[in-house]
Amino acid sequence: MATMKFMCDAERCIECNGCVTACKNANEVEWGVQRRRVVTLNDGEPSEVSISVACMHCDDAPCIAVCPTETLYQRDDGIVLHDKDLCIGCGYCLYACPFGAPQFPKQNAFGERGKMDKCTFCAGGPAETKEEEYQKYGANRIAEGKLPLCAEMCSTKALLAGDAQEVADIFRQRVVQRGHKDGGWSGNPRAEADSLAYDATQQG
Amino acid sequence: MSISMTHAGAARRFLTLLVLLAGLVLSSLALAQEADPGREAAFAVPAVDADLWRQVKAGETGPNYRDSRAESTYNLVNASGETWRQIRERWISPFGAIAVLGMIAAIALFYLLVGRKKLDEPRTGRKLLRWSLVVRSLHWTVATLFILLALTGLNLAYGKTLLRPLFGDGAWAAMMSGTKLIHNYLGPLFGILLVILLLRLLSHNIPKAHDLQWFAKGGGLVGKGHPDAGFANGGEKVWYWLLATAGLAVIASGFVLDFPNYGQARDTMQWASIIHAVGALGLTAVALGHIYIGTVGTEGSLEGMTTGYVDESWAKEHHNLWYEEVKDQAIPEEQLAEQRPAAEGETPAPRSG
Repeated sequence: MATMKFMCDAERCIECNGCVTACKNANEVEWGVQRRRVVTLNDGEPSEVSISVACMHCDDAPCIAVCPTETLYQRDDGIVLHDKDLCIGCGYCLYACPFGAPQFPKQNAFGERGKMDKCTFCAGGPAETKEEEYQKYGANRIAEGKLPLCAEMCSTKALLAGDAQEVADIFRQRVVQRGHKDGGWSGNPRAEADSLAYDATQQG
Repeated sequence: MSISMTHAGAARRFLTLLVLLAGLVLSSLALAQEADPGREAAFAVPAVDADLWRQVKAGETGPNYRDSRAESTYNLVNASGETWRQIRERWISPFGAIAVLGMIAAIALFYLLVGRKKLDEPRTGRKLLRWSLVVRSLHWTVATLFILLALTGLNLAYGKTLLRPLFGDGAWAAMMSGTKLIHNYLGPLFGILLVILLLRLLSHNIPKAHDLQWFAKGGGLVGKGHPDAGFANGGEKVWYWLLATAGLAVIASGFVLDFPNYGQARDTMQWASIIHAVGALGLTAVALGHIYIGTVGTEGSLEGMTTGYVDESWAKEHHNLWYEEVKDQAIPEEQLAEQRPAAEGETPAPRSG
């Protein structure tokens, strides 16, 4: 069984927000909720870098661990989904999530947050009919054999989605072509030996 | 003219040669630089280094940090989320369960070994007013709310493990959303009423020197004899001050969690939830002790909070210093029974006041 993963190649991301728009459009996410966001660090400085962030479908997902109602669950292929019928809007997933993925449509007194919403890896969620599924969770592109629209539409192919092994292979190939002084592993103790030659004509 | 032109032409050719030579030297230098891959790699990827990653993990968001999500206050990686999860799942959940279940076990054991604390002297039949109607109403309202909040809170913390297997999806969803509604809407009411009750009882609960001796003698819980006690004994004062400190912390943190509309940050709510859970589980455990002592644990205590009156013997034994102050005001049981229907209309004296 494949393990589905997102990976954003920060050296390719140009913060065009195409992924954000694609997601919003594919899933008809309700007003005020944005399943994907683009973060830019050191904006305007020479070291500026951008990265697209959404639910990372963690192996040991903190949201699943802290949810008091078992709203969140993980499929066999690693995709973390949520059951809106079970959500009570307590906000625990929001406290625990490393990536700020869970969001609530409301933020009212007495903890009235409404039902949590988050990225589904374009895999929908539990529902009786296709129409209900689309209305509650958005597109189920995975069931149609397609990948998440954010990654499919990324103009620089910075955002990759798919089987973890394939995503890793693509990224590894990019690192080799770009060259990296420690072989692409930060804190690599064998950095000298693993140093990849930099080829200026092959910039990734 | 022609001579000068020839000279100029020679000079131009010479200059051209110089430029060409210089270009050759420079380009070979440049080639030498390109041939050093280590040097190139060092310049190729300046942005994502160990320092930046440390910055991200620390949750720093400087002036040049941008997030495309509207009104977002989030950093790139919420590292404290994992800390919160570990504190909650590894420490609070198991030790909270141990505290509550341990208290139940300790009380059961105590009851089996020592049993009910009976009055040493027979009842005199003369009654003393201990709790006014206002205090009793407040007490039972706060007590009912406390029990509801404790049960719903325990369900939020442990329901997934204990009750989930018993419910189908539909019933479970309804039960959990009901639990959350009860907890979130009754919580503030409990908070306000507890503060009123605490203010009302403050004068009885100022610590005194004889409270230390009360603790030294273990409160007279086991064996014969009673240490000195005023209106409130040492144990009651501890319960009072636990509610006045941990209780208020639970209320304050509860308000932080219950009103996200004020836009408090995730980190604030993480800490509030930890304070709330630790305080509430601790108070639940201690409350079990309070309930035991106030009901089956001690003969003659419960009637004080239901009818408002206690027996003279009970007052003399449990609160001797208070008894000395108010013993003149004792009323015979029969007189009290006569007063009641008159004072409270046609209904026979309701035991709950």
